Amino acid sequence: MNKTVNPKDLTPVDDNGPLYAARKKVYPQSVSGTFRRIKWGLMAFCLGVYYFLPFVRWNRGLGAPSQAVLIDLPNSRFYFFFIELWPQEVYYFTGLLIVAAVALFLMNSVGGRIWCGYLCPQTVWTDLFYAVERLVEGDRRERMRKDKSAGTLTIKRASEIGLKHAIWLMIAWWTGGAWVLYFNDAPTLVKELLTFQAPMIAYSWIGILTATTYVLAGYMREQVCTYMCPWPRIQAALTDEWALNVTYRYDRGEKRTSVKKAAELRALGEQVGDCVDCYQCVAVCPTGIDIRNGPQLECIQCGLCIDACDNVMTKIGRPKRLIGYDNDINIHRRQEGKPPVYRIVRARTVVYSAIIAAVGGIMIYTLATRSLLDVNVLHDRNPVAVKLSDGSIRNAYTVRLLNKSGYDRVIAIDADGPVNSTIHVVGVDSVTPDRPMIVVPRDSTSELRLLVTAPADNNPEKSIPVHFHVTDIGLGEVASTTDNFVAP
Amino acid sequence: MTDHSEIDSVTGRATTGHEWDGIKELNTPLPRWWVICFYLTIVWAVAYWVVYPAWPLISSNTTGLFGYSSRADVAVELANLEKIRGDKMAALGTASLADIEKDPALLALARAKGKTVFGDNCAPCHGSGAAGAKGFPNLNDDDWLWGGTLDQIMQTIQFGARSGHAKTHEGQMLAFGKDGVLKPEEIVTVANYVRSLSGLSTRKGYDAAKGEKIFVDNCVACHGDGGKGNQELGAPNLTDKIWLYGSDEAVLIETIGNGRAGVMPAWEGRLDPATIKAMAVYVHSLGGGK
Repeated sequence: MNKTVNPKDLTPVDDNGPLYAARKKVYPQSVSGTFRRIKWGLMAFCLGVYYFLPFVRWNRGLGAPSQAVLIDLPNSRFYFFFIELWPQEVYYFTGLLIVAAVALFLMNSVGGRIWCGYLCPQTVWTDLFYAVERLVEGDRRERMRKDKSAGTLTIKRASEIGLKHAIWLMIAWWTGGAWVLYFNDAPTLVKELLTFQAPMIAYSWIGILTATTYVLAGYMREQVCTYMCPWPRIQAALTDEWALNVTYRYDRGEKRTSVKKAAELRALGEQVGDCVDCYQCVAVCPTGIDIRNGPQLECIQCGLCIDACDNVMTKIGRPKRLIGYDNDINIHRRQEGKPPVYRIVRARTVVYSAIIAAVGGIMIYTLATRSLLDVNVLHDRNPVAVKLSDGSIRNAYTVRLLNKSGYDRVIAIDADGPVNSTIHVVGVDSVTPDRPMIVVPRDSTSELRLLVTAPADNNPEKSIPVHFHVTDIGLGEVASTTDNFVAP
Repeated sequence: MTDHSEIDSVTGRATTGHEWDGIKELNTPLPRWWVICFYLTIVWAVAYWVVYPAWPLISSNTTGLFGYSSRADVAVELANLEKIRGDKMAALGTASLADIEKDPALLALARAKGKTVFGDNCAPCHGSGAAGAKGFPNLNDDDWLWGGTLDQIMQTIQFGARSGHAKTHEGQMLAFGKDGVLKPEEIVTVANYVRSLSGLSTRKGYDAAKGEKIFVDNCVACHGDGGKGNQELGAPNLTDKIWLYGSDEAVLIETIGNGRAGVMPAWEGRLDPATIKAMAVYVHSLGGGK
């Protein structure tokens, strides 16, 4: 009974044919089922987050932006809920990118192209655009028929096309509109956009993203995944034999014949497959491929063929999941009469998880312990040192104080230069002459000109180090740095 | 002209009709698209001459239909810049010098503006870091010929020294040798006396009493008792460690013999008042300001 069956032979590749293949338009049919429901849910979630996140408020106190997620380019700040990043902390994004990349690898080694099938913006928006197309123009067969008779343009047909593109453009416009809200206070910008008082740059970006969304999701669709995206190639190199992928279980499917014939053959005890060659899996596929030919570059693994096939299997009274998340190992095991094995914990999944945990841990640790007070010192280069009339030597420094916290600070500055040297900050008449104090406003930097003067009888022979300490006199927080004192 | 071109039997293409020692050249004309582009550039050039300023005339140039000029463009951009900076520069213009230095925001603005303007106008003599050179004072130190308070610095920038401006600082080091006031040996003696004022070594066998007498008779009028200097006259303090032209005996002899009269130009009229203010604050904040 358990005779080995092989998948249908593939058509051999014509090596002499042209390298260019014209696109065959895809007309995916609507389908219902588990994976379709998951996809609707994830689409609603992803689009919901994208469109409404800019409107989420977060109280950071007076004078600070109250938007939870904001990229403030003019003031060069990035806000994410309780986190505020300065340009020099951009390395957190590097960490984020590493985590994102490895998470992609992990997804891939567990369940194939989960990202491509469910979460990638290209998939989500294309799915949405297909839904609009279906709503306005009808399902697969209707659309194919209408496209075929494109020569005879009736008013009804023209209005249909017009409506479809209008809805597409509206969605695309919203996509660009939501994008710019991440760069400015959302409610204010919405008001400005509606009254045509928003900055030109906002309209430009909305225009650019409207165009890309409209073209990528309305016209290019699966070609983006097949020809433009590097991920299908990369993931093919990253996968292994244990990774679960959307798979046609040919151990159950070959050979294909009609329901009636299959029943007759089965009665005679012959090997026959559950697949009845109904082409439902092909009809629903958004990339227009036949999953029964095995794993393919074009397959984004959205699972819609699983739903289509399950519906048919239920109707003809055969077990579901003729197409399902599986791998070749299990197909062979079933052919040998062994139970399938699913191995999630493997060397690569463990390593990927460890990398994610390590990078994530480092990021969280450094973020939690980073200093909110910092000081940079730059020695004057021209002149390096100045001789004063009494013979004493003066060095000048540009001191930059960084107050990254949400409150103003009173900062005291100490510098231990040569013996008996004095320090002075230009523009600050301090009560304590040797310890100038200044107020650094919240979330800002202050640049000061600091002079260190060594008396004539204590001129250092050579360059000696000077340690600068800045102290928040309220909290006792200290930041330090070192520069040099130079004699002429 | 006779057309000698013929069809080449090997390639089946036409020749140019030129022949050198039996060698004929195939006619390979430029591609049509290239020729079209070439003619288009000529058309473009002619249109450009008409529309934009192009040809020099005797005392001017053709202005073009649009009346465009890059100078007018710059004027517009500068006006826009003024508009953007207007409020801040106005604040700089109205605030007093002392107030500017006390307000961190105004101080930062004045220093930034001052630094730029200094680089454009003052750096050729005083150096980009205002460290000066021989004959051009170092503005980082605390030795000032005409005074180092904010107001004094501003006055010097406005009217200069020996600049010819009506309100300029006058007063110069006289040429005691050239004018025959002192004899050469007297100059050597007084030069050594001046060196002794700031604790520098003196020539062997020099007569200190004689030197003092020459100094009192000729120099104290400007340089003051004991050579402490006089900022009203721009007479330097001779007892400190800073020397504009150098402290060698030879340099001092040259100074006393031939005099000195360095010129600082007047900037009033060339720079607007707010800018001069910014520059005064900048120079004062370099570290030597009083």
